[in-house]
Formats: sequence, C-alpha cells, structure tokens
Amino acid sequence: MSTTVEHVACTFCGCVCDDIAVEFEGTRVVRLRSACGVGRGVIDEHDPEVRPPLVGGREVRWEEAVEAAAAILDQADSPLIYGLSSSAVEAQRKAVELADRLGAIIDTTSSVCHGPTGLAMQAVGEATCTLGEVRDRADLIVFWGCNPSASHPRHFNRFSLTPKGALTPNGRSDRTVFAIDVRPTGSTKQADHFLQVDVGADFEVLTTLRSLVKGNDVGAVASVGGIPVDRLRDLVDRMKDCRYGVVFMGMGLTMSRGRHLNVSELFSLVSELNEYARFSVIPMRGHGNVAGADQVLTWASGYPFAVSYARGYPQFGPGEFTAVDVLARGEADAALIVASDPVAHFPRAAAEHLERIPTIVLDPTPSLTAAIAQVVFPTAYYGLDAAGTAYRMDNVPIPLRRVFPSERPTDEEILDRMIEAVT
Amino acid sequence: MNGRSALGESLTLITGRTREQGIGMHKGKASTEYRRATERAEMNADDMARLLIQDGGRVRLRSAAGEVELPAHAGSLPPGLVFVPMGASVNVLVEAETQGTGMPSFKGSSVTVEPA
Repeated sequence: MSTTVEHVACTFCGCVCDDIAVEFEGTRVVRLRSACGVGRGVIDEHDPEVRPPLVGGREVRWEEAVEAAAAILDQADSPLIYGLSSSAVEAQRKAVELADRLGAIIDTTSSVCHGPTGLAMQAVGEATCTLGEVRDRADLIVFWGCNPSASHPRHFNRFSLTPKGALTPNGRSDRTVFAIDVRPTGSTKQADHFLQVDVGADFEVLTTLRSLVKGNDVGAVASVGGIPVDRLRDLVDRMKDCRYGVVFMGMGLTMSRGRHLNVSELFSLVSELNEYARFSVIPMRGHGNVAGADQVLTWASGYPFAVSYARGYPQFGPGEFTAVDVLARGEADAALIVASDPVAHFPRAAAEHLERIPTIVLDPTPSLTAAIAQVVFPTAYYGLDAAGTAYRMDNVPIPLRRVFPSERPTDEEILDRMIEAVT
Repeated sequence: MNGRSALGESLTLITGRTREQGIGMHKGKASTEYRRATERAEMNADDMARLLIQDGGRVRLRSAAGEVELPAHAGSLPPGLVFVPMGASVNVLVEAETQGTGMPSFKGSSVTVEPA
C-alpha cells in the first residue's frame, strides 16, 4: 500500500518547484513525479536516518557536540559563520542572532554567487517582477550569462519558455528568446537568437546596448565584444517594441571581469527600457534559499552578505568580510559552516585555512568540509525532514513541509542550542 | 591574452555548473559520478589538435594559484577557452583574490595548458 505526498517543494535550486509528488511505500520512496534530473537526486538519495554528531571524528551525544561547538566559538577572537543558502529562513535568523551574540563575521554563499548582483542593486536599483508575471506576460526573454538547462532544469517549462499564461496563450510561440553567452550551451540551443560574447566583454556590450537604446550613433564600429552591432541593434529594436521583457542573468556576469559593474550596467539598461516597455530582470539564484539568506541578513543587519558584528553593530564589507577573503588572509580563527561546502567550492588558498582552524559543520549530507571539521552535526534536510520557509529566486516565500518521518534535529534547533550555550 | 611559451599555451579558464555535476553531488563528492563530472576539462577541438591533445587525453593546467591534471574532451567552446565544471579540482587553479567584491575569478582567468 503506497501513499503519495503532493505539492512537495524541492529546495535544491532557486526555482523551488513546489509541485513535486512523492510516492512512499512505508518510508521508502518508490516514485517521484515532476522532479527534474538534478532535483530528483535530492529526494532519491536522501537518507532520513538519524546519525549522531561527531567531535574529533568520535560519535557523541547531541548535547556534547553543542558544548564542544560553543567552546570553540567562545574561544575564538574572530569566528566566521558561513553558508546558509541551503537552510530554512528560520535557521538563517538564528545564525544571524548567533553572529550578533559572538561578534562574528557572517557571510553567505551569495558572496560567491550573486554578491556582485547585490552590490549592483545597491548602486542602481533593480526593476524586477515575479516568475508568475514572467509566465503570464513576458513576450521577450533574454538569458544573459546563465545556463538554466544545467542549473535550473525546469525553469524553461515552468516559467520562461514554454508555459501558457494569461497573455501568452500559445506558450513558446508567444515568446521571442535571446541567449547571450561566451559559448553554446544547452540553453542557447533553446533560444531563437544566440549572441556569442567574448569572455570579459559583457560590460562593453551592455554599454553599447544602453547607447543604442538612447538612439546614439555608435560610429563605424562593426562589432562589440564579438557581436556584430547590427545584431545588437536588432535586439534593442525588439526590446523597445516588446510588451513585457525580462532578462534572466547569471554567473557569466557576476564571476567575470567587471563583476558588479557588469550587473549595474544591465540593471541600468533594464530600468531605462521601462521608458518603452515593461521590463524586468531576475537574477538566477542558485541554491534553494540563497534569496532567503539575503532577505534575512538584510532584515536583521541592513546588508545582504559580508557582515561583521565585531564592533557590536553590523558593518558591511565586501572584500573585507566576505568568506573567501577572510579565509585567504587567514583572519578567521574558527568557522561555523551551515549547509554549505566551501572546501569543495572555494579557491584552494581559502579552503585550506578551514583545515587549519577549528571548524563546525551543520549539514544533512556528508561534504568535503564536514570531512575536515572538528564538530559535525548531521541535521535535518530542509523541506524533507523539516518544515520551514524558502525564498524562490524571485523572492516569493515558499512554505516547506516535513515529508519524511525523520527525527533529525533541524539547523534552527542546533543553532538555538548554541546561542544558549555560548557565554 | 592568449599566447605560447615554453611552458605551454595560455588559454582562458571558465568554470561553471553542469547537469552531471549537479546530479553527481547527490551521490556524494567521493562518488565516481561526482568525480567523473568534475574532474574533466573541455576544450575547443582545434586547440586540442594544435596542442597535440587527444580526446580523453590528459592535460596539465597551470595558473598562478596551482596546477592540476585532468582528462580533456572536445566541447562546444570557442577557440582559446577551457571549461572545467565547478568543484575542488578546478579550484586549485582559481586565485582567491576578489578585487574587493568577495567574488574570485571563477571565469576568465589565464591558465597554461599542455599535454600531461
């Protein structure tokens, strides 16, 4: 006899697809409906069994692990709290409270993702919308420096390419799609028009587009950043003539030369296009609740990432309080990593410092960071073992339910215990 | 700037997510699936031919941060680019300098490439 749980939210990527059906026989998953190839693994590979925490590689009681973690944090002069993007909003709030209590630096995976996007938003603002509006209204879609077919596999079908909406009743044929990238990808193949930009030349292309929108003569230049100017003119004409345009942007802009300046230029272009058509931009947020991490840290401190509480009040310092910089300079003397794997995803020089300092990890799955950590808490997987809230990439909060009958403690519970245990 | 020296040819490195990397991650980062997905370099076929690198052959990638050897495969890349999926292997090559933003150069740094 099987039972099916409907409307389960997958928290792996920023789409937070909340239409997954999970069929159980007892506690075993026998069938999944609607999950993509990447999100499927979150549920298929999930092991809800309670595993004990580790201190120095030794299995201990939960209280003992909390005491060990609190002792590490109490002894540290400059602890770093990092990660948070694959944890629920409720846990993120506790992490900020703990950082405030400790006088710690707190940073999220945003800093190696859309941190530059946050800087651009602070500089020039962001004209944005929800994915529901995209589905129902948008007739011109531009993917810039992102590859949803690999990173957000259901984005095309749920929101941006094929769904039929109120003003897009014919689905794909009601939309014109551009892709701008340095290489052909699975996503550029889905577009009507692919503009291949030279690596590191996005800023020049964006500046040229802004100039063309204003009707300026860009002179006798034949191409900019590897793209013929005639093709840029065609894009501008379509941007000005469309009913509702949306740009989805990704790491191609934030990780390349120019970083936040690229994104500022794009956000400015999008704002200026609103003189001609309704136009929005949505950053393709990677982790399931990285948008929530930005929200929570901003509610609590005023800043979306790279926050230090060392002086007793929040200070914002990209490049100074961002995790890669803090670790590469060897400034942190203890680290608390929540639902993230910086040893796998940071430059080696930064990751190595985590092996030199006492590191505490909260993570439902084994990771390279957990493998080098002094204290490891195998916590509940948010949205599977634990209820909570996650913010989708368009900053719409999605409620999460407990799907597995697991008794694993949540990140929120462990962080709450740590707040009580530190002096 | 791409160019040749006695140490090999300088190309531009970009890292990024792939579907296989995302799927492999759920199997665990020690799994064969994850390692196969992240421990590989994709290059332009003409660059590979010029550098005498066979499809599936090993290449040595070297940057100011470190060096790593990976199997190389011909991919849909313009000349001068090397793509390596995000993960611990490629991060040996990525410098920690963030230019005051917090973001390292995961895309667009120079690497020297030669057959291993």
